[in-house]
Amino acid sequence: MEITTRQEKDATVVMVQGRIDAVTAPEFENHLSSLIEKGGRRFIINLGALEYISSAGLRSILATAKRLKAEQGDIRFSGLQGPVEEVFKISGFYSIFKIFDSDASAINDV
Amino acid sequence: MEVLSTIRVPAKLDHLHALIDMVSNCAKEQGLGEKRINEIEIAAEEALVNIFHYAYQGQGGDVEISCKVERGRTFTIEIIDSGMPFDPFSVSEPDTTLDVAERQIGGIGVFLIKKLMDEVTYQRDNNKNILTLTVDLKT
Repeated sequence: MEITTRQEKDATVVMVQGRIDAVTAPEFENHLSSLIEKGGRRFIINLGALEYISSAGLRSILATAKRLKAEQGDIRFSGLQGPVEEVFKISGFYSIFKIFDSDASAINDV
Repeated sequence: MEVLSTIRVPAKLDHLHALIDMVSNCAKEQGLGEKRINEIEIAAEEALVNIFHYAYQGQGGDVEISCKVERGRTFTIEIIDSGMPFDPFSVSEPDTTLDVAERQIGGIGVFLIKKLMDEVTYQRDNNKNILTLTVDLKT
């Protein structure tokens, strides 16, 4: 798993590549937690290069989203594809989160 | 059913990648596509992680995983542990319509297994949990 972060306007865009499984999910969640601690409130998570996600990854996302909600923050997803999109659909994450085709549309949508 | 490969290791998260690699290689050899292999990996991970976390209640124990094939018909992953009885069919399904605030953290793993596999069986036999995850080879 590889995580790259960039700031665009007031949004923190987090691109995660590779696999989020039970081994790597804690690292992913810790990374997001540290960004929230540094003041990040608007997150776009780009999953375009994510090959694999299991329930451990979904749990990290849900925990992060709950935390952001408590801080009046926001989390959005872009670039969903393949098996990751399928897992989002099956688990209902597709309907509880805001999903966009691209980072740009996620950033610009108000 | 023909056994293709078996590994027995301590039921610890450290072994997850080795076990998933084995399952993935077996599935590849049976000609399954990338998407189906990904789904098999997810189902196997969910089943294994449940065992790592709950089966032995802090005490050590092993997990054994085998790949089996019924040529031209089905590909099966069999996962055996000697821990606490755990019937995945006794787990209630998560409510996938709740919003972020109300959505519960648990229950997604077993739900994914059932949704992604063509057949799932559970048996408690001789103090062992025997879980099978099966996909059809005919497409």
